[in-house]
Parts: sequence; structure tokens; C-alpha cells
Amino acid sequence: MAAAGLALRGALASGAAVAVRRRGGLWSCLSPLPAAPRRSAAHFAFQPDPAPSAYGQTQKMNLFQSITSALDNALAKDPTAVIFGEDVAFGGVFRCTVGLRDKYGKDRVFNTPLCEQGIVGFGIGVAVAGATAIAEIQFADYIFPAFDQIVNEAAKYRYRSGDLFNCGNLTIRAPWGCVGHGALYHSQSPEAFFAHCPGIKIVIPRSPLQAKGLLLSCIEDKNPCIFFEPKILYRAAVEQVPVEPYNIPLSQAEVLQTGSDVTLVAWGTQVHVIKEVAAMAQEKLGVSCEVIDLRTILPWDTETVCKVLLNGSTAFCCVGHSSQFRIISKLAEGTLCPLIQVTDEYVE
Amino acid sequence: MAAMAALRALRWRLPRTPGPGPARRLSTAEFPSPEEKPQFPGASADFADRLEFIQPNVISGIPVYRVMDRQGHIVSPAEDPQLPKELVLKLYKTMTLLNTMDRILYESQRQGRISFYMTNYGEEGTHVGSAAALDDTDLVFGQYREAGVLMYRGYPLDLFMAQCYGNTSDPGKGRQMPVHYGCRDRHFVTISSPLATQIPQAVGAAYAIKRADANRAVICYFGEGAASEGDAHAGFNFAATLECPIVFFCRNNGYAISTPTSEQYRGDGIAARGPGYGLMSIRVDGNDVFAVYNATKEARRRAVAENQPFLIEAMTYRIGHHSTSDDSSAYRSVDEVNYWDKQDHPISRLRHYMLNRGWWDEEQEKGWRKSSRKMVMEAFEEAERKPKPNPQLLFSDVYREMPPHLRRQRAALERHLQHYGEHYPLEHFEK
Ligand SMILES: Cc1ncc(C[n+]2csc(CCOP(=O)(O)OP(=O)(O)O)c2C)c(N)n1
Ligand SMILES: [Mg+2]
Repeated sequence: MAAAGLALRGALASGAAVAVRRRGGLWSCLSPLPAAPRRSAAHFAFQPDPAPSAYGQTQKMNLFQSITSALDNALAKDPTAVIFGEDVAFGGVFRCTVGLRDKYGKDRVFNTPLCEQGIVGFGIGVAVAGATAIAEIQFADYIFPAFDQIVNEAAKYRYRSGDLFNCGNLTIRAPWGCVGHGALYHSQSPEAFFAHCPGIKIVIPRSPLQAKGLLLSCIEDKNPCIFFEPKILYRAAVEQVPVEPYNIPLSQAEVLQTGSDVTLVAWGTQVHVIKEVAAMAQEKLGVSCEVIDLRTILPWDTETVCKVLLNGSTAFCCVGHSSQFRIISKLAEGTLCPLIQVTDEYVE
Repeated sequence: MAAMAALRALRWRLPRTPGPGPARRLSTAEFPSPEEKPQFPGASADFADRLEFIQPNVISGIPVYRVMDRQGHIVSPAEDPQLPKELVLKLYKTMTLLNTMDRILYESQRQGRISFYMTNYGEEGTHVGSAAALDDTDLVFGQYREAGVLMYRGYPLDLFMAQCYGNTSDPGKGRQMPVHYGCRDRHFVTISSPLATQIPQAVGAAYAIKRADANRAVICYFGEGAASEGDAHAGFNFAATLECPIVFFCRNNGYAISTPTSEQYRGDGIAARGPGYGLMSIRVDGNDVFAVYNATKEARRRAVAENQPFLIEAMTYRIGHHSTSDDSSAYRSVDEVNYWDKQDHPISRLRHYMLNRGWWDEEQEKGWRKSSRKMVMEAFEEAERKPKPNPQLLFSDVYREMPPHLRRQRAALERHLQHYGEHYPLEHFEK
């Protein structure tokens, strides 16, 4: 509950205030805390992109608002689209579906029973029947009961039927990654478990602007997609985001900064970390870094990443999971380029 | 915990939406003394002042609905669906054709011509009775032992054979084991090996179909063994809460491979679970094609009219081995199997009925047996002659568009086969 708590605390400030007031008596017995640093938040500095001009009017949005905006666009455009999951009807525990039930109706934005394999199985069926299914798994940590439906069913529907049937209209969204106080079960980044599974796409955005364009592409893509949302960015990341729908293509990495000495690759929240690292490396060591946001984890953009490698970076650093790292290391074998992976080999 | 408190506080601030349970709707104003009636949001009931556990078998077994007795006599004329002769003949011919196809494909596996097979012996009544009660556009999600449903919808013998052979005519492109049929035009979703996964999927499809307002239903078949999977629970519960027009059709054939029903569940079969999920449910004699027909027809009609799910548990018996990989003599007696084969078979029951009505005779039986066997053999021989699909098809349909890495793999395979093709049985594959 802890991580949900964080999300709720901001969004439901008034509700939280009620709770705290009730506890006032007990709290007042305790001596005040000395001025201590906050110890429960991960460190990184979100680096917003400039406001885009290509897609019309923009608005200040944080990540959860840009997700809501994308979902709003999707429901408006496609009358078959439905959004469902645990607690989505009232707006979702991370507030991503706020207002959508009232705007589009109870039959289009609705709660399901608390059952992840059911949510994904149901979503596959919606998609097989030709409608657009947008399923929410409340936390990426709880996606595993649906593993079979994702890996054995969604991923193989088209292939096993010789393209007679498919569930390409399915998108599964799930809050992902750590916030800082979620501990074991509200912090996981399980994309590597899915990254070995042909037939699905996996996408992780680094910002509100990216999230909206990528989520709309996932929803429109004719393959089942998993869209992991860095939940630490839900509130922490704010950018100017177009109100109208727009797409960012899948399976295309983005080179955020070109450099000549070292190539840094990451996705999601860690992109901001490597951007900071690149600046430090330049400033303190005089090392020029290429910075790449992989964005789509499967099928990933080997071309962009390998082009950089072949252009002769002298070192290569992948912040994330070993699956990509191992593949990249294979590719880099011929280049004599030293490789560094910033994660535990076994933390997949 | 603070979050929980916040959430709880919020709950009370939200406008209350009326829930389905009557308990939640009651306001205290309706109860002068709130102690009289429990107010819990999770259930509507009275208080009890005696300690008493609920017996699992409150009812002494859910009865088995039937229309015909074992001799093919209508038990209660009011329940006779009075199907016209042509339709009854179609039911009979489908059941027997399925039986003939099973015998030939089973034998062909024994001879090593196909890799695997699963017969439908003894369960023909459940397939054909239910298929006849549906509209032809109702979407079918099956398990694997429902070939009769597809056959009733006119799926041609050569396509059944093509799938079992995995040859160039297989619409599934030879990617699955035998009996994993699928047909888009006949609204029969391709079979998948993992058990029960189709159950929540069928519910999702029913939900989408309800929204499309297409006057269609979904039927979902599964075995009593598969009903133990978590996905079955998910499907029942989602269908009930999301009010989906679906008929859950459980073929309770006594076994899940070797596991008898006594080791599969302790309650009163699958139908008994209906009330627990808030589902309408019924148990029928699956060897009585008219009982299956009546139950499915009514369940289908009401599922669509009322947007609610129905659960049918059709009691039957798996007369064949589980599959060609199984020898059931290791776990059940020949006498047991013989009883069902000789005394209570859906095909003989319907034949008795037809003979009683004067719609069928020995001569016709002989003629039909011969001609249906010939049809199956012809389709079989044709399937055997066809090559297997081009190996390049290994890489298509993984994604809708082939991504670059799969294109590279496909090209690599092509190069490999150009160099080393002599080491592979390429002559059996389409060029
Ligand atoms: C998830 C899963 N577990 C195990 C199996 C292996 N398996 C195939 S069929 C079967 C028995 C199914 O029994 P039941 O549902 O009663 O259907 P029946 O074969 O009797 O028609 C088992 C265990 C499987 N296919 N999928
Ligand atoms: Mg069984």
C-alpha cells in the first residue's frame, strides 16, 4: 500500500488531511522531529523537453495527466475502446483515469474484480472480438498472475491461428519502477521477464510528452502492447504536452545527445540519470557521451543503438536489465568496445 | 496505513454509486432498528443467533435434466423440442461423421501418419446438441474436444485433415498440434493448448459483443478438469459482475487425463459453483442431445435478452483415451468404459429415437456408414498428399508486420538452407 499511498496523498490531499486530523491527538504527544533529510525518495532530476510546436496547443501536464489525456483522446476517437481494471472507475489509485467514466460512460470505463489473469484474459477477448481493450494492472509488481495470459495467449494469438484471430487491439498499462518507499512489492521493473517473448511490444516512456505519444501508438498498434509507466514521474515530471492526439513511433530509440567517447543507453526514469551523468562526465572528466533513450524494449531499435556502436564509441554503458545488455554485448564484440552494465546481472 | 486511512476517508466523501447488492442500497431510514438487519456492504442476509456451519451439500445433488431416456423415448412430452426430421437427421449425421473421422484419424496416428490425436467418443451429443441451439454467428471459444461444434457449422473434412496433417491447406499454417482447429468464417476461435485460458477471453469477447449490440452470444466450452484453473474462476466472476451474454458449457466427462472427478473437486460438480458466482446454472444429461439442445437454446436466448451469463454442466463420459499419448486402462476398468459405450451412448440414443419415429432404418444406417467413411477416407488421402507449409512461414504472424530482427532471421534461415538444405527433409515442404 505504501506506494499507492504516495500517489494518493497528493491526489487526495483533502482525504489524507481528514485522516491526519483524526490522528492529531496521538501525533501531538510525540516530540517534533529534528530537521532531517527526506530519506524515502529516490534521487534523480527530471529534465523536461521543450514544448513541441508540431501538434497544436499544449498544456502543462504531469505524467498521470498526460496518460489521462491520451486515454481521453483514445476513447473519443474509437467508440469501441474500453478501459478496465482494478479501481479504474473512480479514477484509479494513481489518478490516470480521472473523469473518464463520467465523460464516456460506465460501460467504457469500469472496474473489474480483483484478478489480474482475469483482466488480461478479458482484455484479450475484447480485442479478439474486434474492439479496443485498454487494461490496467494496478502495479507492475502484480502483473505475474497474468503472465500466462500475456506470454502464452496474447503474444501467440496471431501466430498460432495463422492470422485468423489476433488480439492486436490490446494494450496493458501498469505503473512501474520504484518511487523510493515502495520496498519489495511496489517498486519492481519486470520488463525483462517479458522482453524474451516474441509477439508482444513493451514500451516505457521517460516523460509526460513521450508517454502520451507512445501510449497512443500502443493503443493504435495492431499488436498487443505492454506500456509501463514510471510511477515516480506521475507527479514529479511536468512538461508542456499537446492536448490533441499525436503519435511517437514504436521500436525507435531516441538519441538525446550525441557524443564521441561513451554511449549511454537507458529507458524510463533512468534516462534522466544518464543525462545527468553525461553532463557530469563532460564537466569533470571531459568525456563526451552519447545518450540514448531506448523507449521500446521489444522489439527494440537495434539499428540506432548499433549505429552508434559502429561509429566508434570507446565504451558503452547500459543502465537497465541484463537482457538488452547481453544482446548489445554480442553486437559490440567486433568493435572491441568495452561494455559496462549498471545493474545486477541477476536483477532482471 | 496512512494511505489506507486516506482511502477510507475518501470513500465516504465520494458520491455513493448504487451497487448491485441490495444490502448496499438500504439506508438506515428503512430500518427503524439497524440491529435487526446486517448492514455489511458485502452481503445481504439476516443475522443468525445459532452457531451453524453451512453444509457443502445443502441440496442432495443437482438433478440432471433430460428429455429422452436411454431407449430414445421422450420422458416428458412438454420438454420435447419437436425438432423437424431434417434437423434431427443433421444432428445424427454430424455425430456419426465425427465418430467416423475420429476412428480414422486415431488409427492414422497409430500408424504414424499424424503426430497426435484426441477423439470425441461419447461426447458427440454435447457438441452437436449445443451447436444446433446456437446462431451460426455466435462466437465459439473451445477447449479441444469440441470438433463436433465446428463440424456442425459445416467445416469441411479436408480442412480438419489439413490441420491434423499441418499441410499447406491448414489455415493455421501448420503451427499447432493436431485438433487445434480455428475458423474465422465460422466464428470458431482457434484452439489453444493452455487449459482454461479461453474462459476469461470468452467473457471479454462477450462484453465487446454486448456493446456492439449485435444480438450475438458467446459460448465457451471447457472440461471439468479445466474448471479447476484460476482462469475459470476469473471468467465466471467477470462474466457475472460485468453482465456478459455468454454460455459457459462444461463437458463433465468424468476425467481430466487420469484424474477422476472425485480428485478434481469436492463440491457438487461444476453447476454447484453457479450460485457462488451469481450465475444461472443447470446440469444436463450430455448424452441426451435434446436436453443439451433445450438447455443451450434457453440459456443462449436469455443470455442475449438479459445480458447475463449461464452455466451448463453437461454430464457425459470420455469413452476414448484422453489422447493418443494416453492409455486409460492404467486408471479405469474396461467394464466401466463398456457400460458407457454399450448402454448409454449419445449416438445410439438418438438412433433409437429416429428408429422409433420411423425416420431411419438399418438400410439407411448401413448406407450412411459406408458413404461417410468414404468421404473421410477421400479427405484423408488428399491431406496426406499435400506438402507441409514453406519453412519461411515460421517467421510471419509473430507481429502484424515483420520486424527487422525477424526479417534477418528469416534471411539467415534461407541462406542456411541454401548451403545445408541437403541435411533437411525439404522435399516434404512447400517451396
Ligand atoms: C495449463 C495446462 N495444464 C496442463 C495441461 C495438460 N493437460 C492437457 S488436457 C488435460 C486434462 C484436461 O481435462 P478436462 O478439462 O476435464 O478435459 P477433457 O480432456 O476431459 O476433455 C491436461 C492436464 C494443459 N494443457 N494446460
Ligand atoms: Mg474431463
